[in-house]
Amino acid sequence: MKQFLIFVKKEFYHIFRDRKSLLIIFLMPIMQIILFGFALTNEIKNSNIAVLDNSKDESTAAIIQRLDASRYFKVYQNLQSPSDIEKAFKTGNVRMVVVFQPGFRESLLHTHAAQVQLIADGSDPNTATTITNYAGSIISDYQKELYGQFEIPYTIKPEIRMLYNPQLKGTYNFVPGVMAMILILIAAMMTSVAIVREKEINTMEVILVSPLKPLLFIVSKAIPYIFLSLVNVVTILLVSYFVLDVPINGNLFLLMAESLLFIITAVSLGLMISTFTKTQQEAQMFSLMALLLPTLLLGGFMFPIESMPLPLQIVSNIVPSKWYFLIVKDVMIKGLGFSQVWKESLVLLGMSLFLLTISLKKFKIRLS
Amino acid sequence: MMTDETVIHVDRLTKKFGDFIATNAISFDVVQGEIFGFLGANGAGKTTAMRMLCGLSIPSSGKATVAGFDVYKETEHIKQNIGYMSQKFSLYEDLTVKENIRFYAGIYGMSRSAIKEKMKVLLEQLELSAEENSLVKSLPLGWKQKLAFSVAILHEPRIVFLDEPTGGVDPVTRREFWNLIYEAAAKGITVFVTTHYMDEAEYCDRVSIMVDGVIEALDTPANLKKTYNASSMDEVFLQLARGAKRAAD
Amino acid sequence: MNAITVDHIVKTYGSKKQVLTALDDISFEVKKGELFGIIGPDGAGKTSLFRILTTLLLAEGGTATVDGYDVVKDYKQIRKSVGYMPGKFSLYQDLSVEENLEFFATIFNTSIDQNYDLIKDIYVQIEPFKKRRAGKLSGGMKQKLALCCALIHKPSVLFLDEPTTGVDAVSRKEFWDMLKDLKKQGITILVSTPYMDEAAMCDRVALIQSGKIMSIETPENIVKEFEGELWAVRSADMYRLLNDLKQYKYTESCNSFGEYHHLLLTKNQGGKEGVLKYLNELSHKNILLEHTAPNIEDRFMQLMKNT
Repeated sequence: MKQFLIFVKKEFYHIFRDRKSLLIIFLMPIMQIILFGFALTNEIKNSNIAVLDNSKDESTAAIIQRLDASRYFKVYQNLQSPSDIEKAFKTGNVRMVVVFQPGFRESLLHTHAAQVQLIADGSDPNTATTITNYAGSIISDYQKELYGQFEIPYTIKPEIRMLYNPQLKGTYNFVPGVMAMILILIAAMMTSVAIVREKEINTMEVILVSPLKPLLFIVSKAIPYIFLSLVNVVTILLVSYFVLDVPINGNLFLLMAESLLFIITAVSLGLMISTFTKTQQEAQMFSLMALLLPTLLLGGFMFPIESMPLPLQIVSNIVPSKWYFLIVKDVMIKGLGFSQVWKESLVLLGMSLFLLTISLKKFKIRLS
Repeated sequence: MMTDETVIHVDRLTKKFGDFIATNAISFDVVQGEIFGFLGANGAGKTTAMRMLCGLSIPSSGKATVAGFDVYKETEHIKQNIGYMSQKFSLYEDLTVKENIRFYAGIYGMSRSAIKEKMKVLLEQLELSAEENSLVKSLPLGWKQKLAFSVAILHEPRIVFLDEPTGGVDPVTRREFWNLIYEAAAKGITVFVTTHYMDEAEYCDRVSIMVDGVIEALDTPANLKKTYNASSMDEVFLQLARGAKRAAD
Repeated sequence: MNAITVDHIVKTYGSKKQVLTALDDISFEVKKGELFGIIGPDGAGKTSLFRILTTLLLAEGGTATVDGYDVVKDYKQIRKSVGYMPGKFSLYQDLSVEENLEFFATIFNTSIDQNYDLIKDIYVQIEPFKKRRAGKLSGGMKQKLALCCALIHKPSVLFLDEPTTGVDAVSRKEFWDMLKDLKKQGITILVSTPYMDEAAMCDRVALIQSGKIMSIETPENIVKEFEGELWAVRSADMYRLLNDLKQYKYTESCNSFGEYHHLLLTKNQGGKEGVLKYLNELSHKNILLEHTAPNIEDRFMQLMKNT
């Protein structure tokens, strides 16, 4: 026990005496969350649109009014003829043109199929998709209101995300994503670097020639970084709650417990990386390539997994961040309980045990 | 071949780091072709002094010229006219013997034909021709050090600075290394060398011993032994360095 | 019982294509309480030997025991009872003197107080700086701290791999004085060094070169083993003298040694007069030629030449 305590104490000395790294550890989460929350969100605000209203009836007026009132769009221009459409795009002032066919309200009321065309600038497909989605959902909201129970076949499908994100806020998706990313970075990379550093500065030689047991070494190395990562979780939650207005709908305790589980998975990954890397640089590079990139690409928060080719969908299952991302989304945003996320939790637990066993088995009791 | 021409002139050279005076108003002259031993305990200020003379660190006060160039303003000229070799950094381990020679010669702007010619002479002299395509890391330490020294004087600098060049080298190779030093000095290259081997201090024309940032003694080995009534340079050094107060590196 | 036995140890590195033999069939024994020196240049195989004995490396062939325990099978026992100071500085630079010592004491299941007697004489020298970070200490003090850390659990055998490399002459001398004191306390010490003059401080030494032990003897006997008569020569121009002596037809070997050159002549050839005549012909000035006792470096070079 004494051995364990002094080892952990020593690790904290290392961490707190390395001011630069400490600053990075604590500032990075805040920077990232704010960056992602404000600057990099795929949310589009106050996009200029143009309207070509060939119907000019009550319904079109209401829809135009709704579009204009929403925070996403501003009706910049009213067009008079189809030939104006191209001109409007060419000036670069509008991002989307909404075209109502003649007799819009008539068709809507009698044939249940009114036509509205949303024309967006396809040269920026991301923005085009997003804004047409937004517009589509606003229009379908209007229909629902108009008809109550009636479901009307409609050309533009509302985005699924809106179900739990009624205000269509992009930020919501990023908070769980950034949490997964930060924790993987801090917990896995820092742990692997901390262990490999002992090899690099030769202290490993002396530690090995001592009665200290490998398990004790590994656990005492991991504890400080688990603790630091938990601090990061708290920071991220505070910033997203108070600065980005992201609600915490689920049980906070469950959220913390799940985060702890994910941190342990990440730390185990770090331990495993440390068993086959020799220098801090190697450990760092490996953590970045093998952990950060998959988290970003296959974690599900940047690119939806459902729309990936099947092989990638399968591969994404071995990325721990994917599971954590699902859990956080469910617990934090949807407000679901443990009964809904136990499967994902079990996957993370299994991964941790597997990785820990490997690291312990691979831990070198000699120099080569 | 020693001449009377002064190539290193140091006058009350001082370097401070905050309150700490690493070198305190040191003064000395070194003439062309001289083998100048620069001794001192760990932390006496040797490294700091050497860095200033190589143009790597700007002094806090005092004057110094190396190969006639000012250590404050003309550091680029100094670097063109000196060679440097240390125990820690010398050659690229993952390059071959040939590649290392070509690289260092290239840095000093030697022409392609001059490099080719020099390389041949050098490889023959060091009996390394058979190893020219071997990676440096596969060579024994002694060979590496000899090669590093030869590379450091390839561009025929006026002065070569050697920082503990023979640490850990076997006794035979150590002597071969000193033969190279003598040859360089005979060609008129001034050799400025630090060492922890006291028998090597005897091979120098003159020796300075630094203690706590000051030069405590500077003379020929024979005169130093006479002055301190000692039978070897080892004794002289111990007498002087024992009084050191300073412990920091 | 011997504190250390090394029996036909072989260690190689590298792949099949390029095999580097670090230790080539090495055998020796160190008695309990002995101060045993492994003397040889860098690359001779000293560090590999130390790592095998401290259970950090596995040898390809041969066996070795420390304190009666086998270095492979009983590695856990050995790790409990030995002290090891690796060649490269291996303390935590960002921890203070005190923190380092406390850490290593606890790791070895002991406390500073428990074995303070053993390190007291050394520790008092660095105690004034106990709050200072280890990275900010001078070379000599770092080495003292490392020694304290290696001693804190009262090891039965102490392994010191090149403790004096890169350290100035004063600190080196102090260090050897400390080792002599430790020896009095009954600790077996195995120490390696590239400095030949330090061999004189050991009870017995093994001269090692290119992975082979050339001789194992007491320092006194090693110099006695020197074959031939040795002359110390000097003149006004030492460099020319060396080159000329090397050209002399009866010269077996000639090496510079501080202010003299050590000259060994081919058996019964020429003698003192012959050398003087030769040098006078080459108009050397202030020639001094006298008998001298060989030192360990002389013997080492002789052995290197013969193998």
